[in-house]
Amino acid sequence: MENVLLGLEVLARWDVAIAILCGSIGGVIIGAIPGVGPAVAIAILLPATFSMEPIVGLTLLLGIYGSSMYGGAIPAILINTPGTPVNALTTYEGYPMTTRGEARRALSLAYAASFFGGIFSVICLILVAPILAKVAPLFGSREIFLAAVLGLVLVVIAHKENMLAAGMLACFGIFLNSVGLEPVKYTSRYTFDQSWLANGIDLIVVVLGLFAISQAYFLMSGDDIKIRVNKVRGNLFQGFKELSRHPIIAGISGVFGVVMGIIPGVGEFTAQFMSYTTAERMSKRPKAFGHGSSEGLIASETANNAVPGAAMIPLLALGIPGEALTAMMLSVFYVHNVIPGPGLFLYQLDFVTALYLALLILNIVVVIFLMFATNFLVQLVRIPNRYLGVCILALGFVGVYSLRNNPSDCAMAAVFGLLGYVLRRLDLPIIPIILGMVLGGIMEVKFRSSMSRVKEPLDFIDRPIASIIFIVLVIILLIHFLRVIKEWKPRKERKWTYRKASGKFGRLMFNRRRHMLDDRGKVLRDLQLMSPARKKED
Amino acid sequence: MLELKLLTPPKPTRGQSVFAVCFLGFALILFLLLPYQTTRVESATWHTQPGFWPIISITGMVIFGVFHLWRLPRRKFEKMDLKEATLWVRGFEFVLWFMAYVLLVPLIGYLPSTLIFVLPMIYRQGYRRPFYFYCGSLFVFAVVVFFKVLLEVKIPGAALYEIFPENIRNFLILNF
Repeated sequence: MENVLLGLEVLARWDVAIAILCGSIGGVIIGAIPGVGPAVAIAILLPATFSMEPIVGLTLLLGIYGSSMYGGAIPAILINTPGTPVNALTTYEGYPMTTRGEARRALSLAYAASFFGGIFSVICLILVAPILAKVAPLFGSREIFLAAVLGLVLVVIAHKENMLAAGMLACFGIFLNSVGLEPVKYTSRYTFDQSWLANGIDLIVVVLGLFAISQAYFLMSGDDIKIRVNKVRGNLFQGFKELSRHPIIAGISGVFGVVMGIIPGVGEFTAQFMSYTTAERMSKRPKAFGHGSSEGLIASETANNAVPGAAMIPLLALGIPGEALTAMMLSVFYVHNVIPGPGLFLYQLDFVTALYLALLILNIVVVIFLMFATNFLVQLVRIPNRYLGVCILALGFVGVYSLRNNPSDCAMAAVFGLLGYVLRRLDLPIIPIILGMVLGGIMEVKFRSSMSRVKEPLDFIDRPIASIIFIVLVIILLIHFLRVIKEWKPRKERKWTYRKASGKFGRLMFNRRRHMLDDRGKVLRDLQLMSPARKKED
Repeated sequence: MLELKLLTPPKPTRGQSVFAVCFLGFALILFLLLPYQTTRVESATWHTQPGFWPIISITGMVIFGVFHLWRLPRRKFEKMDLKEATLWVRGFEFVLWFMAYVLLVPLIGYLPSTLIFVLPMIYRQGYRRPFYFYCGSLFVFAVVVFFKVLLEVKIPGAALYEIFPENIRNFLILNF
């Protein structure tokens, strides 16, 4: 209780209040516009928050992070387009409800479930904080190094369909972090004798390039979609009443969200998928799932919104971000010389509690805002994609240029933007690059400091927490390799039994088309046009 | 039961092989440059060598890159791959627009250069109705006021502002 009061004291400032208000409302607006998303907004605002105090900057960013998924549910339910990628599952239940004429019910249920998820995670974290304060000091350099390795492994494994690509991009991120002057011996690494590379590659530049500028390129090179949206009429509070009829599903989904949020690299997708499938198994009407089931909607939205609060745990307790958004927030800490990690829970517990309370308050602000502003937010989906791309590019400039007023930063961000654009087009993951950069830096520092006290390899894991993390790491890798081997056999068998479709007809048509278009074909066509029968007609 | 595959539409195959080959080539070049771009310190142990983390990361890039290329559904280049690569090259147009904007800011100032960048860009994107240009102008003013006046981000004054009298110049440097 004392911590809560101390946290409230930290928050009782007008600039923090404005940051919560702007962050939460801005986050909902950003979430409601398909194609922007919280990552773009946080990347753009990141350099601007460096001039603010840590609590102000972090509440602003946390506001955007925590509230964007509320906004993302609006287009997901009304026009079958998720506002943020994590609202994809909401379309499965929300849109069928809209087509049945139950848009108001779906929206109110999504708001209520999101609110429950957000509040549930914050309450869990407030309860867990004292335990974390006791456990966090047990984490030394070795434990943090192993936790960073575990985070990186989980990030790679989490991209199940793109695991190898995620691996190579994570390694690319570690490489990017190593460019520049080496911090101990001061020798240059991959600077190619260029002075502008001596300071290394700035994380913010890469983040802005890969998230904001690449998204702008992607939108500008795509097409606009015509959307027709109808107004939502009536009371949006009824969802809370309906949510109270499904306490078990909401509770389980909240737990999934919190647990998956804590594990680095797992995040919202796994949380919502697991809670959705569990809800389906527990439901009395499993056949309704995928056709506008209120239980499915509750499961996905609750799990989504329980993640942001929980994702702050590894960041605050160990200084290890589990995903791109928390990795961006880490840079706010570094700029202000606030080192997240065990010390933060020991000496600045009021600051940590203030962050959780800010998360709690913003959930309340968001729900109140949504009750009145849903119809305004619905209109935002009408902004054409390519127009939005131009706006994001202009905003991306402020983010990069305001860092150091350096054109070389902008050039680098533009090039990383192009890389991000290619990755987006190929549907390859961007997040491993960012996490590779952040975790690579942590791994380098912590490995060096821990090796100074290690004489034999086994000394590295002689402490209880280090050995637990190591065992977990080994188990995860073993399970993963066994699964790969298990999937390998049937795939190989399928490959041998697979009969290729004949390409003869396609080749014939292609040759005919080519023949018709070449010079000789044109001559023949002209001759045909000038045939006697045609002449007679003329 | 809902399959996770339903949530993730199939990955496009076009351009995958081109990207994988380019990435692997890039990683191999970095690998070959290792002795020239890192320094070996005699007194340092293996884990404190400056080249230790570049070796780890580049080796990882090469190994994962090889496996990624090998596991691709189709490795042979086809017409659609080259078409996709052409689209990536076309993306350079946006890079040029962006860099022109960056170079204009110190010359003519944040507000004028943003207007000069955003309005032609809107035209280039195919929006011709005056409504879009009014909205674009409004957006530019809002962005400049929000970032430069409210958040006070560091964007220096332009060379063009030097021609104005001192009072106006100071006002322009502070706000636009």
